[in-house]
Amino acid sequence: MTNEIELIKDPGLPAHVHRRADTDPKAAALAERQVAILFALSALGTLILIYSYIFIKDDVFVFIPVLGNTNVHQLGLGLGMAISLFCIGAGLIHWAKTLMPDEEVIAQRHEFRSEDEDREEFVKTVKAGASAAGLGRRPLIKRTLGAALGLTALPPILLLRDLGPLPGNDLSKTSWKKGTRLVTDPGDRPIRPEDLEVGAVAQTLPELAPGKERHLDDIAKDAVLLIRLRPEEFNLNAERLSWTHEGIIAFSKICSHMGCAVALYEQQTKHLLCPCHQSTFDVTRAAKVIFGPAARPLPQLNITVDEEGYLVAGAPFSEPVGPSFWERSS
Amino acid sequence: MTARERVAGNVAGYVDDRTGAAKWMKKNLTKVFPDHWSFLLGEICLYSFVILLLSGTFLTFWFDPSMKEVVYDGSYEPLKGLKMSAAYASTLDISFEVRGGLLMRQIHHWAALIFMVGIVVHLMRVYFTGAFRKPREFNWIIGVGLLTLGIVEGFLGYSLPDDLLSGTGIRIAEAIIQAIPVVGSYLAFFAFGGAFPGEAFIPRIYTVHILLLPGIFLALITVHLMLVWYQKHTQFPGPGRTEKNVVGYPLMPVYMAKAGGFFFIVFGVTAFLGAVASINPIWLYGPYTPAQVSAGSQPDWYMGWLDGLVRMAPPIETHALGYTISWNILIPGLIVPGIMFTGLALYPFIESWATGDKREHHLLDRPRNTPNRTAIGVMALTFTLVSLLNGGNDIIATTFHLTINQMMWFSRIAIIVLPPIAFVVTKRLCLSLQRADRDLVLHGRETGRLVRMPSGEFIEVHEPISAEKAWVLTSHEQLAPLELPEHDGAGVRRPGALKNKIRNRISRAAAVAVPKATETERRELEGHH
Repeated sequence: MTNEIELIKDPGLPAHVHRRADTDPKAAALAERQVAILFALSALGTLILIYSYIFIKDDVFVFIPVLGNTNVHQLGLGLGMAISLFCIGAGLIHWAKTLMPDEEVIAQRHEFRSEDEDREEFVKTVKAGASAAGLGRRPLIKRTLGAALGLTALPPILLLRDLGPLPGNDLSKTSWKKGTRLVTDPGDRPIRPEDLEVGAVAQTLPELAPGKERHLDDIAKDAVLLIRLRPEEFNLNAERLSWTHEGIIAFSKICSHMGCAVALYEQQTKHLLCPCHQSTFDVTRAAKVIFGPAARPLPQLNITVDEEGYLVAGAPFSEPVGPSFWERSS
Repeated sequence: MTARERVAGNVAGYVDDRTGAAKWMKKNLTKVFPDHWSFLLGEICLYSFVILLLSGTFLTFWFDPSMKEVVYDGSYEPLKGLKMSAAYASTLDISFEVRGGLLMRQIHHWAALIFMVGIVVHLMRVYFTGAFRKPREFNWIIGVGLLTLGIVEGFLGYSLPDDLLSGTGIRIAEAIIQAIPVVGSYLAFFAFGGAFPGEAFIPRIYTVHILLLPGIFLALITVHLMLVWYQKHTQFPGPGRTEKNVVGYPLMPVYMAKAGGFFFIVFGVTAFLGAVASINPIWLYGPYTPAQVSAGSQPDWYMGWLDGLVRMAPPIETHALGYTISWNILIPGLIVPGIMFTGLALYPFIESWATGDKREHHLLDRPRNTPNRTAIGVMALTFTLVSLLNGGNDIIATTFHLTINQMMWFSRIAIIVLPPIAFVVTKRLCLSLQRADRDLVLHGRETGRLVRMPSGEFIEVHEPISAEKAWVLTSHEQLAPLELPEHDGAGVRRPGALKNKIRNRISRAAAVAVPKATETERRELEGHH
């Protein structure tokens, strides 16, 4: 028996050690008082809440270190609630830990697997049930039932059809047309080139026809950012350069990645940055992506001035604005 | 018999006459629950769910889930006269007009964060201790379902106020839907009732947020708990604890008092956070408009890893035959999360397939004793953590004076390099810890007492550890690797050889271990001393 390896043995559940409250009536009485105090504190918390709700005006502020200027009404409600709930919990647990029996109990487990006989019985029952229904013998019923049940899956899908209209070419068009004036957002004032200094940025929208209202759906596609540089700072091909006006260049403000507003302009580097995922676009090179997850430049809007000297779109956007979608061709 | 006992007896008798509940109750009131702090993690989830139901119901009494435009006329001066959606205006009213409304909003949001933290940490506990093994695979899958739904439910919840931050989140969700090949634009138009943002989305997600998903949660949580009850809780290895028994405290009164008390503690702590820690101050963000965004836009933490993945994705799109596929959105937004959650859900089956272990397990593993599993877990966590960090790359960059570019490149490289390193390091650490356990059992505990021997030699006195401790350190079993046939007798490849080869490989890797200490070895060593 020399090469038989002997494992370390289970010493079994250690003997129970009594707590002080189990043996010392004084300790038990102390624990009882502690539990009672916790419950009383909870009641106090509820009173604080009620008092704050009724009597403290909501414009009283007090300075508390760490928290800063704090609204007393809010703090009273919250702390009162926190105290009233927490102390009930603390009391219950203290009670369980000091006064309720703490001797560990052993229960037995049983395997979940049914006895083999039961399993066989079960299979027999199912088979008997199936053959009583005659599923195997009546293939016609089986197949038509299958087809009918399968078809009932269609109506729920069909009935959801009116959740929305079909997209059509909606994702590809914006409100910008040849001659649409650029107006400030907010303010709706038309803009002359001289309103923008070199280095300035303006957020614009297409001018509304009289009596029309602007919807968020429109803004989600129409928002345009104007940036004025010195013309010699551009690094554009002839076509794109012709889309600028006196150093003013216009881009869709809707990120070509996931549609956030590309709102951060860094004047020194002439970079536009989308705060959502940090796609970075170089304004001097027609918003070419120089960093981040965006795969396409921001669409550039062709701008010029009308006879009154206000900035207008020289043409609609030449490509869809915003995030990509399946039907997009470029 | 006192009067009170007689009344209680009558009530109990009345109920039992009609249900026969006494027999079941008698057995289950003394049901034994093992005790360990990590078993409270699941309870935290359950209690925060109850808190969410209570505080959420309160909020529905005043919240108006409508995107109709209104002009704000409440008591918050900076936004007075501004056009905004009714949803946003009513959220402002809950915050400033309804007494206790702000507290309830903050409790609701804090409870949601705690709910998600609880789920993730609970999942880690279950994973690293192997509590998902047979017979508990169903409960593992339900748990993964709850995690997934929790992320969706949380996202929908913080989207409801229609403030600038949450609107930006919805915009991103819309872009993900829109990026799905072939049907994307259709799905987006159906979900939003037309072009983004439309007026349909908030009322729709409101129904999903307060009715559909909570209903599913309630059903899944019920089944989850019934299974725990019926299958009995797992327990950590220890003296007197075996695969065949449960050692712990009876439901009544100890466990009831502790669990009931813990509910109030969780509620109390959540209320405290709601009282002192401002969360989601929507009045600072302003109403949503697609043309604006606030710098440092951050989702809630459980969405952060997803956002981090999207941020680090390479800028790749395919344009072909007049169609576009946005890999930069699909891979981080749908494909990688899809693989992660599928792998998570299937893990118990993959492990039992690879190790060939089809037995029931009720005793938990100490993570060091399953180095492979632990290392895979840490690897997955490292992946998620790098993504999460990158989700806050702008905040980290401004806080630590880094550039966004440095952060992004760090993440792009780290997400590929760090997880395998984490795997190797964790596995080594586990084996080292096993070695330390072995040492402890064989040579005892270092006492720190130095003794000079008559020969002049210095030795440190070691003290033997208790029998209980020695049992805890050695009670685990060390499985031998599978040796499935890859060739038949004549050396010809058998059908299914590849499958067997993979299983052999994985099970060999899983069986790497430091041999645990035995009584025989202990005795031999004693002989030497």
